[in-house]
Amino acid sequence: MDTQTLVEWVLGENPAFWPRLIGVVAAWALPITIWVSLVGLISIWLERKISAHIQCRLGPMEVGPHGALQTIADGVKLLAKEDIIPDGADRFLFAFAPILAFAGTFVSFAVIPFGPDLIIADLDAGLYFLAAIGSLEAIGVIAAGWASNNKWSLFGSVRAATQVVSYEIPMGLAFVTVAAVAGTLSITGIVEQQSGMVWNWYLFRNPFMPIAFISYYIASLAECKRAPFDLPEAESELVSGFHTEYSGMRFAIFFLAEYAAMYVVSALACVMFLGGWYTGIAPLDRAVAASGLWANALGAIVIITKSFALIFVQMWLRWTLPRIRLDQMMTLCLKVMVPIGMFTLVLAALWQALVPEGSALDAAGHPAHPVVGSITGMLVFVLLIVGGYMWVRSTIRGTTSFRTANYKV
Amino acid sequence: MSSDSATTAVNAGDLRTEEMLLNMGPQHPATHGVLRVMVRTDGEVVLDCEPHVGYLHRCFEKHCESVTTLQSVLYTDRLDYLTAMGNNWGFCMAVEKLWGPELVIPERAEYIRVICQELNRIASHLLAIGTYGMDVGAITPFLYCFREREKILTIFEHICGQRLNYNYIRPGGVAYDIDDAMLGMIRDFCAYFGPKVDEYDDLLSTNDIFVHRTAHVGVLPVKTAIDYGCTGPVLRGSGVARDLRKDQPYGIYERFQFNVPVGTGERGTLGDCFDRYMVRVREMRESLRIVEQAVKGIPGGEIRSTKIKGKIRPPKGEAYTRIENSRGELGFYVVSEGKEVLYRVKCRAPSFHNISVLPAISRGAMVADLIAIIGSMDIVLGEVDR
Repeated sequence: MDTQTLVEWVLGENPAFWPRLIGVVAAWALPITIWVSLVGLISIWLERKISAHIQCRLGPMEVGPHGALQTIADGVKLLAKEDIIPDGADRFLFAFAPILAFAGTFVSFAVIPFGPDLIIADLDAGLYFLAAIGSLEAIGVIAAGWASNNKWSLFGSVRAATQVVSYEIPMGLAFVTVAAVAGTLSITGIVEQQSGMVWNWYLFRNPFMPIAFISYYIASLAECKRAPFDLPEAESELVSGFHTEYSGMRFAIFFLAEYAAMYVVSALACVMFLGGWYTGIAPLDRAVAASGLWANALGAIVIITKSFALIFVQMWLRWTLPRIRLDQMMTLCLKVMVPIGMFTLVLAALWQALVPEGSALDAAGHPAHPVVGSITGMLVFVLLIVGGYMWVRSTIRGTTSFRTANYKV
Repeated sequence: MSSDSATTAVNAGDLRTEEMLLNMGPQHPATHGVLRVMVRTDGEVVLDCEPHVGYLHRCFEKHCESVTTLQSVLYTDRLDYLTAMGNNWGFCMAVEKLWGPELVIPERAEYIRVICQELNRIASHLLAIGTYGMDVGAITPFLYCFREREKILTIFEHICGQRLNYNYIRPGGVAYDIDDAMLGMIRDFCAYFGPKVDEYDDLLSTNDIFVHRTAHVGVLPVKTAIDYGCTGPVLRGSGVARDLRKDQPYGIYERFQFNVPVGTGERGTLGDCFDRYMVRVREMRESLRIVEQAVKGIPGGEIRSTKIKGKIRPPKGEAYTRIENSRGELGFYVVSEGKEVLYRVKCRAPSFHNISVLPAISRGAMVADLIAIIGSMDIVLGEVDR
């Protein structure tokens, strides 16, 4: 059910502009607002518990079972706090910046699906819309840093501008790679092509997609300003970066925008690479496909689970890795990720054009069994994961020189 | 054509950006207390920086001129509050020197002093490493380090009732004896702690991002280090094997087997932040070795010299002693007139000298590097400002 039918169902055909606008807002903006807040609440609680367990702590335990209501308690505290606008700040911009930052993330939810029909606007250019609207948050962050009239905030916002603008390129290249393989920019179109078994996911579509996925994931960390790319906030360097001067609810909105953005990039990773709302088990998907309700319910559960699994990895990385430096961040982007993204795009497109696939299509029009592309894709993915793991292990094992006292006395 | 390009060419003067004067601290999360650094930056590049100290000045030396010698020991705790045992010991050693060779510290007291000092050095380095990880953005190692530090503090709590400001080592010996249960705790800790250092190496020392953030950063050449009077891990990080426990053994240090870790430039340049960090990690292993040996060899007997009884009235004279504290060479100069109150006390604090080298090595670094350099100096402002 799309917005059009829903509004028409309630208000009759061709309603006037204002009732129609209010109808759309009531139908979609309200649930999304609730969902964004919920995502914020859940992921902030998760972040606290995950960080705590990584660090041999318990985390919040007092408010609610295992501190589940701690975020709400903190939200209430933030609401009750004084709203401070520092002297010399650009008052309008200072107040407007959090809204701008939040709006960018919030609007992204319009094209983030929860199920086959649970998508607010199935735009033909969904990916393009996401790439465009994602930059809005950067403007909010830059405005916040500039308006604060604080040198630390300014540092933070300039870093944010550098980082977010730079990492949009590898991220965009991953978008284009997916678009080249899918032949469409529509979110639902991309997901539909990944139905069937796990090997139909774009992650395994051809040997270059795993690389595109990892490249996208790293870029998305930078876009969300998550460690090791948390330079704009960098609490040990820049006090709090761009939101140093923010307090109370304005700070909370920045905070919420950050966690909502984490969900957006993770859900987008699911859509582009991990089969979206499909379970990856064809019979299960086919069984529920007949019933719209069940298909959507299962789809929502699947995509939310996948997204939170990726959010967990983001948190895991944050509480393990140190922060990279500004120049290293730029080097990584311009000298490593952009070339890799370029090559991935070209090679994936070539593969798509030259390698014949789909010799044994099932009823849904997807390969019924792994084809050469998905087999090599899975192989590359496993190689990347195992290779990465072994590389990390080898750097650790290489530390025998650290353990034995072989330094000169 | 030529005139055309002349008008379109960008004048280099137009591109010059304005310098920014940045006030880092005294309230800043990475200045380890109340250090204030005035930083002149060009964008993110540090052109010059100047540490301003004195925000924690408490007139330590003047206090010591108005309270008795025994009471002064308490004030030394507040100098380098992360290695209070070392401060106690340094001060007491200076006072004891006033008696000359006739004052003999009992064997057991000497062993207890070594055990406490080395455990305290481990606790101090744990904090240095943990906060250093935090400075470069890794928060988790900090809590791992605190987990182990907690065990040492619990041992100290059993030994002397305090967890931070011990006031334990007194002129002539130590305040309280330690029993077998406490020695057992220390033995347990020794067995527990060794593998934990490997864990820090796995988590932080070998982390690629950490290495990239610290190697080649804040390179301190040997000559600069010596010129500025740097000591301790900061000097040893530059490759100078200077350790008073070896070079000028005090107490009973000549009885123990241990190495002096020095920077090797293994990941970057000799004397960079990574070397200073690594020296501390290795020193923890060496300190552990000393504690193991001391716990094995501790004899029975008295814990306080019988020479010093009741009110402490150091003989007339003056004395200067220095010890290897966890941050470097801690010196105390005391002048006594034979009264209960010392005439003058002067403290040579290693952190003060170590932080003075900051402007010399941070020019041209980035702001993020400046944080890494301050962290690698491992200063304690209680000691810098006294």
